[in-house]
Amino acid sequence: MATVKKDYKVIGSRPVRHDGVDKVTGKAIYSADFSISDLLHGKVLRSPVAHAVIKKIDTSKAEKLAGVRAIVTAKDFIGSSDKNIETAEDRNEGETTRLKYLRDNVLASDKLLYIGQPVAAVAATSSHIAEEAVSLIELEFETLEPVLNTTQGLNSKSIIHQELETKELGTKVPGKTNLAEHIQHKLGDPEEAFKHAEIIVERELTTETVHQGYIEPHAATASWSNDGRITVWCSTQGAFPARDTTADILGVPISQVKVVPLEIGGGFGGKIPVYLEPVAALLSRASGHPVKLVMSRKEVFECTGPTPGTLMRVKIGADKSGKFLAAQAHLEFEAGAFPGSPVAAGSYCVFAPYEIPNILIDGYDVIVNKAKTAAYRAPGATMAAFATETVIDEVAEKLQIDPAELRLINTAKKGTRRADGPVYPTIGCEEVIKTIKDSEHYNSPITEPHVGRGIAIGYWFNVGLESACTISLSKNGTINLIEGSTDIGGTRTSIAMQAAEVLGLLPEEVIPSVVDTDSIGFTSVTGGSRTTYATGWAAYEAAIDVKNQMITKVAGIWSIDADNVEFEDGVFFSKQDTELKMSFKELASKSGAPIVGRGSVSKGGMGAGGGSFAGAIVDVKIDPETGKTTVLRFTCVQDAGKAIYPSFVEGQMQGGSVQGIGWALNEEYFMTDDGRMTNSSLLDYRMPTSLDLPMIETIIVEVPSDGHPYGVRGVGEANIVSPPAAVANAIYHATGVRQSRLPMNPASITKGIQDHRSDILNSMNC
Amino acid sequence: MTQSKTYVRCVINGEDTEFLCEPRQSLLECLRDVLRLTGTKEGCNDGNCGACTIMLDDRIVTSCLVLGVEANGKTITTIEGMASPDGLHPVQQAFLEEAALQCGICTPGFLIASKALLDTNPNPTEEEIRFWLANNLCRCTGYDKIVRAVVKAGEKIREG
Amino acid sequence: MKPEGAELKWIDYSSPETLAEALTLLNEYQKDAGILAGGTDLIVKMRADRINPGQIIDIKSIPELNQVNINSNNDLTIGSAIPCYKIYNNSDIMDLRPELKDSASIIGGTQIQGRASFGGNICNAAPSADSVPLLISLGATCNVQSINGERTIALEDLFSGPGQTILEPNELLISITIPKKSDLSGANYIRFIPRNEMDIAVVGTGVSVTLSSNKKNFESVRVSLASVGPTPIFVEGIDKEVSGQEINDESIRVVSNMSKNASKPISDMRGTAEFRQHLCEVLTRRALITAIERAKEA
Repeated sequence: MATVKKDYKVIGSRPVRHDGVDKVTGKAIYSADFSISDLLHGKVLRSPVAHAVIKKIDTSKAEKLAGVRAIVTAKDFIGSSDKNIETAEDRNEGETTRLKYLRDNVLASDKLLYIGQPVAAVAATSSHIAEEAVSLIELEFETLEPVLNTTQGLNSKSIIHQELETKELGTKVPGKTNLAEHIQHKLGDPEEAFKHAEIIVERELTTETVHQGYIEPHAATASWSNDGRITVWCSTQGAFPARDTTADILGVPISQVKVVPLEIGGGFGGKIPVYLEPVAALLSRASGHPVKLVMSRKEVFECTGPTPGTLMRVKIGADKSGKFLAAQAHLEFEAGAFPGSPVAAGSYCVFAPYEIPNILIDGYDVIVNKAKTAAYRAPGATMAAFATETVIDEVAEKLQIDPAELRLINTAKKGTRRADGPVYPTIGCEEVIKTIKDSEHYNSPITEPHVGRGIAIGYWFNVGLESACTISLSKNGTINLIEGSTDIGGTRTSIAMQAAEVLGLLPEEVIPSVVDTDSIGFTSVTGGSRTTYATGWAAYEAAIDVKNQMITKVAGIWSIDADNVEFEDGVFFSKQDTELKMSFKELASKSGAPIVGRGSVSKGGMGAGGGSFAGAIVDVKIDPETGKTTVLRFTCVQDAGKAIYPSFVEGQMQGGSVQGIGWALNEEYFMTDDGRMTNSSLLDYRMPTSLDLPMIETIIVEVPSDGHPYGVRGVGEANIVSPPAAVANAIYHATGVRQSRLPMNPASITKGIQDHRSDILNSMNC
Repeated sequence: MTQSKTYVRCVINGEDTEFLCEPRQSLLECLRDVLRLTGTKEGCNDGNCGACTIMLDDRIVTSCLVLGVEANGKTITTIEGMASPDGLHPVQQAFLEEAALQCGICTPGFLIASKALLDTNPNPTEEEIRFWLANNLCRCTGYDKIVRAVVKAGEKIREG
Repeated sequence: MKPEGAELKWIDYSSPETLAEALTLLNEYQKDAGILAGGTDLIVKMRADRINPGQIIDIKSIPELNQVNINSNNDLTIGSAIPCYKIYNNSDIMDLRPELKDSASIIGGTQIQGRASFGGNICNAAPSADSVPLLISLGATCNVQSINGERTIALEDLFSGPGQTILEPNELLISITIPKKSDLSGANYIRFIPRNEMDIAVVGTGVSVTLSSNKKNFESVRVSLASVGPTPIFVEGIDKEVSGQEINDESIRVVSNMSKNASKPISDMRGTAEFRQHLCEVLTRRALITAIERAKEA
């Protein structure tokens, strides 16, 4: 394991990314750009109701339409649905998922569980014909009462899954229910500790459903050959997990499926699940042609997994000096139509930045008649932090302690134990808080009226998991680096740089390729902030392997022991005779067996490298008469361990911050009483535009992680966790009204001011 | 009336181009599916994300809301026409140097829109840039590096 | 079962080059016609399956719908198909009526403004239309023709319900005429949206004010509102209350409260009725203050 150095040749620089030219010239192929000869086009029939029993699916009229080549339903899956499967998301938890749940979310079998759930699909010679055919399919069903939030889920007599049993603290409990799981973490004796607290703040908060909002809708093309081989081309956050899940859903061995990942237009966790891939495969098998499906924006909003709405209660007790004595959280998260909300992750992160001796956390995974939720950038943590960080802000105010100082008093450190079990290795929480406290932004004066400043801290545990990498040395001294991590934000370059550093090469002398599932060893998701970390580690090891093979080769040429050969600054030399030296390029040009290095890593589940802490400082200006919030200034502070490519790290920090701002101010699903989303367009699902934001300042903190050769910590996710809470605190300091719901939109802010601070309105001039 | 395709003739990226399309096909669909110019992207199909931005005569438009048949006789520039054999346009180069793209799906739309801005206003303020680009959504970058790239490109272009 | 897709049904397309030809086609197709100017509302509604015209008539090649005309009296007539960007980039229009930029520069974003027209915005007849309140406050009239003849309609009389105008199926909006601007007058349109651009107005307010010759009193105030009723609302009776009154906080509030009381908003996903009523007062007050400042500078 390498010692983390202060000055590297390549690490920390900012080369032009390898896929950059293709992406700025329109040459890069994304999933909807892909085409192949003999292609048919598919469209999906989707449920019009939130909860019903399917009586009949009549495709006869649709089949007769000229141009229709195949229609499929759940009947076309191979083999029984009655078994359990381990999905990509299950890996962290040591859990499994019922195959029926996975299949029903791709094509419904016996019930309709949310508006938009896929029921049948058509392949035709044009997408226009396919869509017309879909409208000719007759679906008969018997409606049931829908369950649309956690309170209904926990109390309603309308049961969504008849066979579901609550997993109560690890054990299944018989009885009909919509509560999929109740988890609990406990440390010390919180009930007793609260009795000794000199100050207690307790709040109930809610957050609404929010979508990842990637600009590229899902698309997939599949071809099922006569030899049984299925090839899928798609945009995915993990070709291998997509392969495995697609194979399981279809009912075929994984060796029958090859997933070819195309460039991907954003994912943020939402492109880990498969939706269209198995459908395209079934249509291809039924029609004998390759079939392509592309989602509309409406389908993306209504039918793919958003992150859930929540109901939370957080309570913190402290002594007068500011020390947190006890903390309690009650987290109810909507799972959507199938189990698996991110409440577990939320429970790990809710008090993660703090050392608190007495903690009780209860988490509830509640089934509702909405689309099954999917991961969204640090899933579960952002909602939890909204609760904790606003409560802490209240504690700070009551104790008259500076908010950053209060967090420093209680900061988590190496050795701190979390309520859910893990003990922290080296982490950068204290450093992030100190950086906020000492920053120019935090210490700059606020001079305008109706302006407030808020801060918050957030954590994401990051995951390690598996990656593979091979490196082939070319005769001209360049290397081809083969890896399987789909590149959403420039990781093929950050991975290439780690190999380049080992071999004394420039980034442009590394040619990285992201390849399909037949061409590299198993590589887990591009997600969980693991890609630069784990696949970079695999590339590092592959490069070491190349270096060692080259040492053996040159030792042979010089007829000396390999132990006597060193490699530094791009040159191989003999330790004993410094006149014996050969450059990397020259050695590469020598004939002999090809030099191919490999790296293969398994870096554990959650907490890889200790995870990353990130904080936000935000200044907002409120128009008290309209509730309009203007973000005046925003600073993101994040511990990156070691920033391999600083521009990309800044980009992740800025992107997560802006998603957090949108989540804070305007993003939410508007749902009718019968479970329909009414704002399923980018007009009324309001993501921030360039005009809604200032520049996003970034401060990268580097507390190297234990173990990684370069001290890397994944940075993709932790930066979204703190912004909504920071904005809420800023709004409080601007208006004097505490916010307890996300989003904090103009109507709710205005109402808060009217109800609680009418003095502000009265003091305003005409 | 029989359902037949319409013949369209226009100039795309400086070249005379002809194609057949149904009147109901958008210009975006014609570019991507008929002409196989897939650099222009579909994000929403209702004019709200700007990923389908092209130059139509003298103005940037969202091609998802233009019918293919409306292109007849017009001059169109797409992302494929921005670079020349001599090299990338300064805006493209600036986006690379400033890391103003992450997933890249919104990038073609932003490049066309940014170039149109700099062609009419070579020295825009941050506010002017943000206002001009408000019809282009990016979910990855938070716009910071995009604004910096446009400023940098403007400097380069003014230097000549 | 209606699918969630975004494909259009079959359409036929024509692009007449003379007004006579267009009016003949429109008379033939009647309710099956869809008038295509910028397409930024028409195509969106067709994709959402809310309307299904089979005959698309592209009016962008018709001279009368694409002209700007200023008569000897300084009345301004703007062709109904002229896109927004041509309105705020036209120096003749901006010299005469700079306030038109308030509306033209906020309908959608830059790309939408490259196509969307005032005529389309008006005929789409959404209660939230951003061009309408300002034009009503300026006393704009609609010049309408069919093969049977022509007529002029005051803009505030054009709307009959959400998305509905009183135009016959064979009538075409040719242009909008804004009467000459009197000295000592100013106008402003502002709207409230949750973001800073791209949103549909939660509430929109167009205000036009004419001052007395000493610039201290109101002579006339016209206020029109978007998004607070089934159609754009023209607030009646303001002049009766404030004409001749001194301009001060109190008289300004009289106008803004009348505006609030004239509003009939509903609650929907873009805003509650309560919030919208509140905003009517706030926005009218602010737009009136700006209009007064502009009148004083004129």
